[in-house]
Amino acid sequence: MSENKFTSSGTEIDTSYKYGFVTDIETDTVPRGLNEDIIRLISSKKNEPEWMLEYRLKAYRHWLTMEEPTWANVTYPKIDFQDIVYFSAPKKKTEGPKSMDDLDPELVKTFERLGIPLSEQKRISGVAVDVVFDSVSIGTTHQKDLEKVGVIFCSISEALHTHPEMVKKYLGTVVPYTDNYYAALNAAVFTDGSFVYIPKGVRCPIDLSTYFRINASETGQFERTLIVADEGSFVNYLEGCTAPQRDENQLHAAVVELVTLDDAEIKYSTVQNWYTGDKEGRGGIYNFVTKRGKCQGKRSKISWTQVESGSSITWKYPSCILLGEESQGAFYSVALTHDRMQADTGTKMIHIGKNTKSTIISKGISTGHSKNTYRGQVKIMPSAAGARNYSQCDSMLVGDKCNATTVPYIEVKNETAILEHEATTSRISEDQLFYLKSRGLDSEAAISMLVNGFCKDVFKQLPLEFSVEAVKLIEMKLENSVG
Amino acid sequence: MNLLEIKDLQASVDGKAVLKGLNLTIKPGEVHAIMGPNGSGKSTLSKIIAGHPAYEVTSGSVNYEVNFKMKDLLEMEPDERAKEGVFLAFQYPIEVPGVSNEAFLRTSFNAISKHQGAEEMSEEAFKKFVRKKMELVSMDEKFMDRAVNTGFSGGEKKRNEILQMAVLSPRLAILDETDSGLDIDALRIVADGVNKLKSKDNAILLITHYQRLLDYIVPDYVHVLAGGKIIETGDKSLALKLEDKGYDWLLQ
Repeated sequence: MSENKFTSSGTEIDTSYKYGFVTDIETDTVPRGLNEDIIRLISSKKNEPEWMLEYRLKAYRHWLTMEEPTWANVTYPKIDFQDIVYFSAPKKKTEGPKSMDDLDPELVKTFERLGIPLSEQKRISGVAVDVVFDSVSIGTTHQKDLEKVGVIFCSISEALHTHPEMVKKYLGTVVPYTDNYYAALNAAVFTDGSFVYIPKGVRCPIDLSTYFRINASETGQFERTLIVADEGSFVNYLEGCTAPQRDENQLHAAVVELVTLDDAEIKYSTVQNWYTGDKEGRGGIYNFVTKRGKCQGKRSKISWTQVESGSSITWKYPSCILLGEESQGAFYSVALTHDRMQADTGTKMIHIGKNTKSTIISKGISTGHSKNTYRGQVKIMPSAAGARNYSQCDSMLVGDKCNATTVPYIEVKNETAILEHEATTSRISEDQLFYLKSRGLDSEAAISMLVNGFCKDVFKQLPLEFSVEAVKLIEMKLENSVG
Repeated sequence: MNLLEIKDLQASVDGKAVLKGLNLTIKPGEVHAIMGPNGSGKSTLSKIIAGHPAYEVTSGSVNYEVNFKMKDLLEMEPDERAKEGVFLAFQYPIEVPGVSNEAFLRTSFNAISKHQGAEEMSEEAFKKFVRKKMELVSMDEKFMDRAVNTGFSGGEKKRNEILQMAVLSPRLAILDETDSGLDIDALRIVADGVNKLKSKDNAILLITHYQRLLDYIVPDYVHVLAGGKIIETGDKSLALKLEDKGYDWLLQ
């Protein structure tokens, strides 16, 4: 075990990515590389129950037998999994129970710069936030208020101690470690993430949110989020993420599992703004994420809304397994790629229960030399009588060096199912631009108006504040990428 | 002082010469109508004044009065022209999906106001302001929440152009075949709207195929554009003569 002090790598901060700074903080890290001892070390640092370690080791052994997937429409040099640090945590100043007010002032400052005030007085009133810095959760706000209504919202490490039976019951039931290469890796080495339980009949009184920050260099972030909505409950969950600007690529391989019981609903929204790499494609985050929800109960609902505007490579397919009768899944996505970014993203809707419904609205915007692929699967199982799907996949090209691809897979094994699929690819036309400009809008304002209009069906699914944030983010990215 | 001076304008689109030495001078307070057979270059002229990038000016000049000085209009970006009061009502208004008519109009109005040194208008104030303007063209309020021109009928699109004109109060308004595709009631509404916007400080350039529009908006001058040049100029009676005799007698 080593304890070292990281300093900034000395890179000039590119002003176009305002979250690119590095926090100078003492860390507790494990040696580079991956083997069973590292996994034991991570597990012991977190003081985990024995079954959790066993689960990790099983996942690791399975991962060793697997091949890195290559089917996605992205290219990157082979990742050396032995050259990654799998655990890095800010060193605790004091031992014992943590309170948000005992946090290292450097951390508090960091999150203030990111727009996430943590101290009791300043924190945002309408949203409870779990804050994950590198490998660990450093605190969760509003926990006491949530406890009053029986909502559990804490880091998954904490949940392993306070509610082990619940974690054990659901962990890996939606995304088993055998699912895919990165899911297996995550199951072996995940370090933290959020755990949410909404009890029967409770409408979570405030929005819940997790903010992920990668700070340390050469460190991968492997977080795990588990959200369980019991019968008749409802929760709005938001996720945000940023990382410093560095020349090396960093791996982020998360797993998110959602479970809804009868009549429950989870709305999960993400604004992903990891560092994208520079104009030539140096550096940036590899965002290889498995997100899946299981509508286990009747009439339950899960919706994924994502604004993907960061990462050098995105490989992400938030999906829904529609098991309960009349359950509903939705996927609303805006993926913006610029410069040398590559995104291969979409969804899977697996219809198993009767009269299940799914909606897919995907908007891809490519600029610069980027590559933007929508990949989606709609599968109707023999049991899914009366299933319905509506898919709409639109791509917009800005400039002539970028690339947009749509890859829909449709598999129907029940003839009573009704599926609709619409897809368009458009270029911002000279006539559209001219029309807006002839009304006094300059090029930038005109393009941003056209893009916002294009994305409207997705933005309107986001909670209001997030939606304002998303519009600003997309506008800022376009300003930098459309000359 | 002249508002617009076009001298010996020659222009091409996709390498094909369309305008071949066009001259036109417009003063504030005037209404000019340009008529002419199909393909004579009427729409090209309107696009060039507004600054469409697909049209190439090969020779000649287009000058426009800004702060009592004649400025080279061709040097200005389309949005700069708009900010100085040039407005083109499109023959085929463009659809902008996902952007509400109101947000579009407000953004446009504020961009132009800001340039002219006026305060930007708040959402509330703009709503009231635009409601008044909508009465001018008998447009229902529900059009404000709909996406710009998306799913509008031909007549609704044309009325929407005139609404934009009313909101932006341009100094030079070019109406490119605004009357085509309008039934007689819609034509009257549009023409009434335009007449109410007419003043001694602004000028209107009407491009039309039909005399009937000129029954409602009475022009000071009627020009005949044929083969890329203005070959005849007269008053309102010229339009009536054209209606009666066609263009052949001029083309001989």
